[in-house]
Amino acid sequence: MAAIHHPDHGYGHEHEHHGPPSGIMRWMTTTNHKDIGTLYLWFSFMMFLTGGVMALTIRAELFQPGLQLVEPEFFNQLTTLHGLVMVFGAIMPAFVGFANWQIPMMIGAPDMAFARMNNWSFWLLPPAALLLIGSFFVPGGAAAGGWTLYPPLSTQMGMGMDMTIFAVHIMGASSIMGSINIVTTVLNMRAPGMTMMKMPLFVWTWLITAYLLIAVMPVLAGAVTMLLTDRHFGTNFFNAAGGGDPVMFQHIFWFFGHPEVYIMILPAFGIVSQIIPVFARKPLFGYSSMVYATSSIAILSFVVWAHHMFTVGMPVSAQLFFMYATMLIAVPTGVKVFNWVATMWQGSMTFEAPMLFAIGFIFLFTLGGFSGIVLAIVPVDIQLQETYYVIAHFHYVLVSGSLFALFGGTYYWLPKWTGHMYDETLAKTHFWLSMIFFNVTFFVQHFLGLAGMPRRSPDYALQFADFNMISSIGAFGFGLSQLLFLYGILKCIRGGEKATSQVWEGADTLEFTLPSPPPYHSFETPPIVK
Amino acid sequence: MGVKTVAMGVKMIAKIITGAFALTFYSGAATSSYQLNLSAPQSGIATQIYDLHTLLLWICLAIFIGVFGVMFYSVLKHRKSLGYKAANFHHSTTVEIIWTIIPFIILISMAYPATKTIISMKDTAAPDITIKATGHQWQWGYDYLKGEGEGASFYSKLSTPQEQIRNQVPKGEHYLREVDNNMVVPVGKKIRVLLTANDVIHAWSVQELGVKQDAIPGFIRDAWFKADKPGIYRGQCSELCGKEHAYMPIVVEAMEPEKYTQWVINQKKKSEATVVDVNKIFTIDELKVEGEKVYAANCAACHQANGKGLPGAFPALDGSKVANGPKNKHINIAVNGETGTAMAAFKHLSNVDIAAVVTYQRNAWSNSTGDIVQPSEINEFRK
Repeated sequence: MAAIHHPDHGYGHEHEHHGPPSGIMRWMTTTNHKDIGTLYLWFSFMMFLTGGVMALTIRAELFQPGLQLVEPEFFNQLTTLHGLVMVFGAIMPAFVGFANWQIPMMIGAPDMAFARMNNWSFWLLPPAALLLIGSFFVPGGAAAGGWTLYPPLSTQMGMGMDMTIFAVHIMGASSIMGSINIVTTVLNMRAPGMTMMKMPLFVWTWLITAYLLIAVMPVLAGAVTMLLTDRHFGTNFFNAAGGGDPVMFQHIFWFFGHPEVYIMILPAFGIVSQIIPVFARKPLFGYSSMVYATSSIAILSFVVWAHHMFTVGMPVSAQLFFMYATMLIAVPTGVKVFNWVATMWQGSMTFEAPMLFAIGFIFLFTLGGFSGIVLAIVPVDIQLQETYYVIAHFHYVLVSGSLFALFGGTYYWLPKWTGHMYDETLAKTHFWLSMIFFNVTFFVQHFLGLAGMPRRSPDYALQFADFNMISSIGAFGFGLSQLLFLYGILKCIRGGEKATSQVWEGADTLEFTLPSPPPYHSFETPPIVK
Repeated sequence: MGVKTVAMGVKMIAKIITGAFALTFYSGAATSSYQLNLSAPQSGIATQIYDLHTLLLWICLAIFIGVFGVMFYSVLKHRKSLGYKAANFHHSTTVEIIWTIIPFIILISMAYPATKTIISMKDTAAPDITIKATGHQWQWGYDYLKGEGEGASFYSKLSTPQEQIRNQVPKGEHYLREVDNNMVVPVGKKIRVLLTANDVIHAWSVQELGVKQDAIPGFIRDAWFKADKPGIYRGQCSELCGKEHAYMPIVVEAMEPEKYTQWVINQKKKSEATVVDVNKIFTIDELKVEGEKVYAANCAACHQANGKGLPGAFPALDGSKVANGPKNKHINIAVNGETGTAMAAFKHLSNVDIAAVVTYQRNAWSNSTGDIVQPSEINEFRK
């Protein structure tokens, strides 16, 4: 805190002389929030491509009925690892990358609160990823029981399952440390004058997300540890023959799993809430109601978990409770969508890539919300549970939701991060291709699910053939479009038109008061927020 | 190596393209391509669900038009390029309260009919017939416990031949949704299905009848349906249960009560005919011939037809210690399975079947123990 009162007390000079070590050691030893943010972002992008290759192999097998490319056992490994890699390797670390880059700059801090722990949080991830990917090459192959790891099927697996369990432990530890860091930074390191209710929404949504993570990651760790002891040490937590209950795992898993869903969408809400007002040149409508809505969603997320399990055979009262609680989530979520639309209303809008992705997000995420309401209604869910309808639903909220927000956020802040404007034509092409191919891939899966095609199946009846073929074509289109994204980013890093410090005409948050790219220690002197 | 990979890739793509053409020819046989909605309901509950889903879609459509009508109007008109100047409003408590309350009312209009359906779905009391369905990796077992047909008991497994799955012959109309023994029920009778599983969690699901219920090992769950009219209703296992998950369909055949009575009589006759004296002595060749069939139906999915298994996942039987070691240990594993592994118990098979398959395994491929296992030995072992 001394630095705040004596800004020119040697603090800044030292670092200018030393600077970071060069080469690989810069990245291994870095405690700088921007370097670590960059590491997170590249790591998650690599995992995104890895999970994407798995998805494309799945779609290639499903291009037509019958078995063509892969055997059923390997197919199940692919669906399982696709889920785990995308959730824990791609989406979550990407948001942590954004948090690292943006939170200190948006609250006027020099760095994250626990800089060394920040380094450790990141460097836990590559070993976890190696365990996950490496499990394909051990006897018996990777875990093949679905990303939800339901026993008793998961107790049948080979050592690939143990590697997955350890990977989940490690990634959980990383997430918890990352969250503690974010909570501490946000609560203690805001610039003078920045009260809680003046924080940018991205910071708010991440603060709430961090609390969710701290609450539920230990629950997941507990669940997989019980799985591990059931597998190797003779316990019977989930084995009915020994007095356990396989359904208990599902309750514990989804007590983690449902908040996890919001962990992956709340920061996306934050990014979209930053982008829309800037490109509408109009302040965000209903800031405080946005904060309350986000908090309500987070709290409700703890009491809806069993809606993932409507077919396990719960009593009527439990089914009714979980149905009503789930439907209730539509209220604060609706409020958010209405607020975004009201922000756009009578704005003076321009449609650069970040805005396109934000509008695409609102449109498609809302469609995912509609299918969510349909699935919340127990009798209809009974028909649709474990079908492609569920696959369509959660890809609408996770791909055109979380991922589109990540794309939008990348284009929004990339000029700030690199100091160069990205290629707008390339970015817009990336948006339109993603938008079209995403819908080609996933919209038809609603129909497949309604007609009763079960998920996690390498083969299907003939009446599902046409839509599967369309979906596979869309998937390859979507996958290839992402190479444009990579190319656009590399191009922007290497050069391009110089970005101003404000970058966007309507931008008014603190990071846009710093030069582009920002200095190594973002705010050495805290700005005063009026 | 690079060239080889590319060549393989080209071959694969060619295979997919020719496959696609072939498919357009076969798919003429498919019942209904491009089905856009739930299948036509065939029971009271399924009809309620169908109508509920339609109601939800209309409500969602209305909200969709409302919200996105406003958003796209704004996107089209409130553009900087049209010279539109931004307003500066950013708060209205009244508006926030209104758009919190309206969704709430809409939700209640959805929850009310749903609640009624849930309550009737859960009412499994006073059934006419009770049938237990047991999920096995990877087939269903049906036991008629109570009501007309009591005592009937059989297994129901996929009847689609491997050649169709492997694309060696054209696929049939009911590819992957056909079984050797349908679950038969009379129309207009309340059928209560008790569900459990033998190994992992499965789910018993027939969409047209409005039923989906997980089958959980060690626990019994129930569900019910009443088929409106005669017909064959098809569904698939709906909880990932291992590698053959896609290959354990459910087929329910609903028939007029008189025909059902006839079916019950036939079932009785059939089961009486299959009772074999446990003390009958078979020759090794008889057992091997029978054993090969039992092996193909129950073992080959994991241990493979050539007995080599799948390295790492499923052990080989060809040359294995078990198949060439002491007889009793071999019988024990076949009957009781091996806990902690994917090897399930096969105690549901008849004494003749187990005797045959064990004899077959001990004398097939490179195994040549010359051992004969008689059904009487299995009968003895079970005591």
